[in-house]
Amino acid sequence: MGVEAYMGVAGMLFVLGIVCIISRRNILYVLMGIEMILNAANINFVACNRFGNGGVEGRMFAIFVIILAAAEAAVALAIVLNVFHLFQSVRPSDADMLRD
Amino acid sequence: MSILHQQRAFYGLLTLALLWSLGYGLVSHGAEGLAFAFFSSFTIAGALMCIWERSVVRSAFSLMATFMGVAGLFLLLGSDFLAMAQILIYVGGILALILFGVMLTPPDLEERSLARIAGAMVFVIGGSGLVWKHVTDATESLAVVPAEELAEMTSQDISVGMAFLHPEQYVVAFELAAFLLTVALVAAVYIARRRTADFEPEEAA
Repeated sequence: MGVEAYMGVAGMLFVLGIVCIISRRNILYVLMGIEMILNAANINFVACNRFGNGGVEGRMFAIFVIILAAAEAAVALAIVLNVFHLFQSVRPSDADMLRD
Repeated sequence: MSILHQQRAFYGLLTLALLWSLGYGLVSHGAEGLAFAFFSSFTIAGALMCIWERSVVRSAFSLMATFMGVAGLFLLLGSDFLAMAQILIYVGGILALILFGVMLTPPDLEERSLARIAGAMVFVIGGSGLVWKHVTDATESLAVVPAEELAEMTSQDISVGMAFLHPEQYVVAFELAAFLLTVALVAAVYIARRRTADFEPEEAA
């Protein structure tokens, strides 16, 4: 399997992540879509590292992406809980307090 | 069409696509192609089910298939450390966090709309088709080692660990990541905590 196969899977996962973000009206689906997109980027990093010059740079980038994803998920969940507490809703379009 | 028929049609088509990709991988690339087809179809099928399912719990659990599939792809690429980190952090950590979010918010089974999903698919796939030519032009100039001339796969955890702590490589980023994780977790607890006012009885206020 060449690098194109892995890049194809990463591209499909990226597209599905974007679709998940823009087609569902629930903040939790937005978070799941973001995780899919970060995973797609990770596949690309590791595949390019494997088929590249043999260093570890791609793997290190992927590890840092995973670390950032963990931090992001924790903070995003706290924000979701707070938004639900304030607006009694998990739809992103309902959090429009600044509009009035 | 009732919901049951929709579910049957979707999962039937998904199973057919999975079997086809497994057979195609086995015929075209042998055992490695079979493993690649297995893990990549896990990844894509998990993402599709996440978009399709109406209940957030089912979506979250189908995301587990995606994460496991990505971990398998990492293994196929020779990154054993990353595969283990993927399972530990994504399946064990992030997915559990998302499930906590699911449990603390009310279910909303009427929210999914197939028209929106189809529209988003058309929009995103059409948009990526517009940039496809630029992408293929850019990948032609990549310096890629062909699959036949690749070095033998060996365990990478020692070189990854050395790179993390080597003074001339990633030690600053490593310490910054540790600091960032501490700050993010403390901030998450601070944001999500219950205020003491929530616990005070009404007449005391």
